[in-house]
Amino acid sequence: MTDWLLEATTTHMETVYCMPQSLSAQPTHYCPGCTHGVAHRLLAEALDELNMRERAILVAPVGCAVFAYQYFEVDGCEAPHGRAPAMATGLKRVQPDKIVITYQGDGDLASIGAGEILHAAARNEPITVIFINNAIYGMTGGQMAPTTLTGQRTTSSPFGREGEPLRMSELLAVLPQTAYIVRRSLHTPAHIRKAKKAILTALKVQQAGLGFSMVELLSSCPTNWGLTPPEALEWIEKHMLPVFPVGDYKVSEAVKEL
Amino acid sequence: MAKGTIFIDTERCKGCTLCALNCPQRVIVMAADQLNRKGYRPAQLIDPEARCTGCAVCALVCPDVCITVYREARPCKEAIHEPRAS
Repeated sequence: MTDWLLEATTTHMETVYCMPQSLSAQPTHYCPGCTHGVAHRLLAEALDELNMRERAILVAPVGCAVFAYQYFEVDGCEAPHGRAPAMATGLKRVQPDKIVITYQGDGDLASIGAGEILHAAARNEPITVIFINNAIYGMTGGQMAPTTLTGQRTTSSPFGREGEPLRMSELLAVLPQTAYIVRRSLHTPAHIRKAKKAILTALKVQQAGLGFSMVELLSSCPTNWGLTPPEALEWIEKHMLPVFPVGDYKVSEAVKEL
Repeated sequence: MAKGTIFIDTERCKGCTLCALNCPQRVIVMAADQLNRKGYRPAQLIDPEARCTGCAVCALVCPDVCITVYREARPCKEAIHEPRAS
C-alpha cells in the first residue's frame, strides 16, 4: 500500500467500496471483460449484506464457472453437467436451514440440464438459481447453445443459427408454483444495480422459505463472440435485449409482501 | 463535491477497459507503458486535478474486483438540540 493511500485511508477518507468478504482473493480465470466476474461479485455482496456467508452452499456447474467454488469463501460443491438443481435439491432437503444456491450457465441449465431445472422448478424446491445467459457455449469454444439467437454465427452454426432460442425465464414462469423468476442484464451500471437487487430478493425468498427463485442474467462472452469487451456489452444491448427482455416474469403474492 | 480516490490492484486487472469507459469523470486510463505479470495493460488513475468523486461506478462495472474506492468523509452534523432530559 502506497503512502498517500495509507494517509487517505487513515485520516479523512472512508472506504466506499472494497472486495466483498464472500469473494476469495484468488484472481478468476475468466477472459478480460467477461461479466461472470460481475455476477460473482454481486452474489458475494448479496451474501455479505444478508449475513448468509456461514450458511450458504454454492453448487458450481460445468461451464466457464466450473471453478466458482474456488472464487467464493462459502461452502461449495461441484455438480455433474446440468445436475446442479438436482444436487441442490438433495442438499436443501438434508439441511433445510442452509441457503443453497446454484450458479449455472446456459449450456448447463438450458441444454443438458433442462430436465433438472424444469423439475426442480415444478417441485418448487426452495433453492436459488443464478442463471448466466450469454447465448453461447463459452468454455468449449463458442458452440451453439439453446439460447443462441436466430442467425447468430457460432463455431457449430457457421452460417447462422436456424430456429428460435429457448427463453428459460418465460418457460419456467408458466409453472404456477414457482415464487420468483426475473431476468436482468449486466451491460450497464444501472442494469448491474438492478441485478444486485434481484439477487438480494431471490436470496430473501429462499430465506423466507417461499419456494423456487431464479435470476437470469444476460452476460457477455467477448472471446467467443469475437468482440472487444465494450463491443460485447453493446451487442447485449442491441441483439440480446430485444430477444430476452429484462423484467419480472414471476413474482408471487408472498414475494411481493417481503 | 465529495472528493474521492481509487486504488487499482494492477496485478488482478485484465485490461478490459470497462472502468475507463464508464468513468463519469474520465480519470481512469489504460497504462500505455506498463504491463502486469499476466501481460495485460492495467487501468490507472490519472487525476492531477483531483476530479475523482468516489462514485464507485468503476468498481461496479469491474469484472475482476480490482478497484477499492475511497471518499472524503462527510463532516459530522453537530447536535442542534440539547440532549433530552430523562
